[in-house]
Amino acid sequence: MEWASWSEFWSMGGYGLYVWGSYGATFIAILIEVMFLRRASKDTRRRLKRMQQWDLSSSGEAQ
Amino acid sequence: MNLYTFSSPVNFYHLSGKLIPWFTALAILFTLAGLYIGFFIAPTDFQQGEAYRIIFIHVPAAWMSMFIYLVMAFWGAIGLAFNTRMSFMMARALAPTGALFTFLALWTGAWWGKPMWGAWWVWDARLTSELILLFLYIGIIALWAAIDDIKRGDRAGALLTLIGAINIPIIYFSVKWWNTLHQGASINLMKAPTMAKTMLIGMLVMAFAAWFYTLAVAFMRARGIILERERQSEWVKAILEKD
Repeated sequence: MEWASWSEFWSMGGYGLYVWGSYGATFIAILIEVMFLRRASKDTRRRLKRMQQWDLSSSGEAQ
Repeated sequence: MNLYTFSSPVNFYHLSGKLIPWFTALAILFTLAGLYIGFFIAPTDFQQGEAYRIIFIHVPAAWMSMFIYLVMAFWGAIGLAFNTRMSFMMARALAPTGALFTFLALWTGAWWGKPMWGAWWVWDARLTSELILLFLYIGIIALWAAIDDIKRGDRAGALLTLIGAINIPIIYFSVKWWNTLHQGASINLMKAPTMAKTMLIGMLVMAFAAWFYTLAVAFMRARGIILERERQSEWVKAILEKD
């Protein structure tokens, strides 16, 4: 174990800002990508579903 | 079943659906293991103190930024040569994640450069060529978005990807070809590693985590693209009906 205490861990030998600035940004970036991706996938399915129902109902009227 | 089975969108769709949870689980496991090794087992660097711990994301992110681009170029070339549908879809699915890792390599580099070099940014060959890589990713994504015709967009994007691939060896060898502030390659296959073994293992474990993460998100994105492009086919209609 490298650290005597949690405060020592968070201070990273005085480089805390830089270390956590890097890890924090990475965490946020990945969170944003995953969130956007999930929402986009859901939106795509919903939109395609709507288009399909619209196609079905309009072809039904034509008959 | 043969090698071509998964080049058909319907097979890929079903297989990737089964694989994504595994890739996600592996990405999480490797991340936790990598962070544990990186923060609790790897020793303090005798020159850089604790600041070097940025390496555990910086190097994997930089590797992925180049590697994803090469994979995109590979799929682009296959698509242009054989006109295979899945190849272009994979290239499109990978690009945003490649751009993300390029951004993270630059960002974590800046936050490492500031305490070590005294500057967030310098116009040295390694940093500049990596910035050009980010612009390439953005340019390719913008080109795809600008061309409504899917086939023409696919081909134009693939062509730009292939032309831009010249930048990858430039990034990789920049630290050899020019006098840069940036340090040399972290891993050299020809020489024994110069860093502590636990540092090296932590970096490799994080690289695997980045790999599995990329597979999971790229496959998710590819599935969306498949549904969109194959929406007239019966199997997609059947899937949507169940929604």
